[in-house]
Amino acid sequence: MAAGVGKTYRMLLEGRVEREIGRDVVVGLLETHGRAETAALAEGLELIPRRKVSYRGTELEEMDLAAIIARAPEICLIDELAHTNAPGVEHAKRHEDVEDVLAAGIDVLTTVNVQHLESLNDQVAELSGIRVRETIPDAVLGRADEIVVVDLTPEELLERLRAGKVYPIERIDAALNHFFRIENLSALREVALRQVAQEIGQRRFAAAVNVGSREESLAAEAPQAVSERLLALVEPDPGAYRLVRRAWRSAQRLGAPLDLLWVRPPGTLSDEQERSLTALRQLASLLGARLIVEESDLLPETVAAVARRQRTTYILMGRSRPGRGLTRARTPLPQRLLELLPGVDVRIVADRAQRPTEDPP
Amino acid sequence: MRTPFNTTKTSPRDSGGGGGRILLPFTSQAISRRALEAAMRLAHAEGGTLMPAFLARVPRNLPLESPLPAACAVGMPLLEAIEQRASAEGVPVDARVSRGRTYRDALQRLLRQEPFDRVIVSATDGPHSGLRQEDLAWLLDNVTAEVLILRPASDDARRISGHAVDGHF
Repeated sequence: MAAGVGKTYRMLLEGRVEREIGRDVVVGLLETHGRAETAALAEGLELIPRRKVSYRGTELEEMDLAAIIARAPEICLIDELAHTNAPGVEHAKRHEDVEDVLAAGIDVLTTVNVQHLESLNDQVAELSGIRVRETIPDAVLGRADEIVVVDLTPEELLERLRAGKVYPIERIDAALNHFFRIENLSALREVALRQVAQEIGQRRFAAAVNVGSREESLAAEAPQAVSERLLALVEPDPGAYRLVRRAWRSAQRLGAPLDLLWVRPPGTLSDEQERSLTALRQLASLLGARLIVEESDLLPETVAAVARRQRTTYILMGRSRPGRGLTRARTPLPQRLLELLPGVDVRIVADRAQRPTEDPP
Repeated sequence: MRTPFNTTKTSPRDSGGGGGRILLPFTSQAISRRALEAAMRLAHAEGGTLMPAFLARVPRNLPLESPLPAACAVGMPLLEAIEQRASAEGVPVDARVSRGRTYRDALQRLLRQEPFDRVIVSATDGPHSGLRQEDLAWLLDNVTAEVLILRPASDDARRISGHAVDGHF
């Protein structure tokens, strides 16, 4: 979640438990940040010394990857997964070092703050106003066998900070005024808990399908099977914004990306349509959705082609306008899409404008 | 010298929508019910379109084009609530969003982009809920559309919030 919640402490506790049950455990890299409790917990665990790296006349200390692999323990504890290495060592990032350690057949226990996850970086920056530069690809976390969230209420964390358990006394005031504000910590906590809930959901699904002779292939397909992607069919008119908002809300709940598709009939746009299209683009951009415009007269076929291309699992659309003349005899669009896209859900979003309004108390 | 906005040769009324285009910008989690009702009354009377606009502020450390999911989590339910209320009253709605480094910047970008006949803002918004006094003065100085600033009143505490659409959005 954030610095000071006790990630390193928890990692060391886990390491000690493993050692007590007889496994060969070493500490590959430890950052105590001067915390006495953490240093005390590391006592008695074998520590691989850091190696020294010279960079522009300065001597820096980095994890000794070669020494860890040569020592070949069963489990290695490596702190601060998102760390960027000094130039001159094997890899630019510590998570790449960890890949090598894993490839050598060594299990790794590591720590990372939620804001270091690449996909959450923007969100956390928006919530907290602070952007961290060291990020790790989400796939790194996705490969972990187990994720443990180290949770602490913001109030408890602030108490730890004020008591000098997180940073030395001279840094406390700056921390309180900068990152360690209660709203930041609450936001980070929420993001961390959501992320872990999502991971658990995906793993539970993967476990449920991981049976029988197709065990391996199903397990490999599980992450793809559980990931949703939404496609909302829009037109540049005021009614589309409501549909986009609803689709975005659904995408947020599912933790899924959202695409918007306008199948544009050939021809030029009126001024009003141009304005609506610009407004739609802005809305899409603000929401983090992608607006796709395809020029075609063949609506169902074009939607189906885009849905296949985007690997859409869920299509949202508004109510179609009643057809006129011969078009009334045609198969309705939702029905046609269900035929063209087996396995894709189609949802028709209702116009709730006419429902009775409710006032807050 | 600053160029006033809405100086396009085509007047907003000529450019579609029939009646006037009535902009109702908001920035926070709730909007004054009085401002919304005033905008709806005007739209009704003139056969105009209500254009609620959510203004989002992009932190300096993010690119201006960044998605803002947290801000949207506040703004989208409120847009929905406004739209449902207006539609129920038979007022056509055409919502907008705009972002900028400040709320004024976001409003300025929106006003540059398309014409409006009227802008309705409430002077009751607190310092944390959006447009400040200077912004309102700026609006009067720089926008050629008619600006309607609602003076503070005792019933300003009555607000419409996204809670109005809880479970329906």
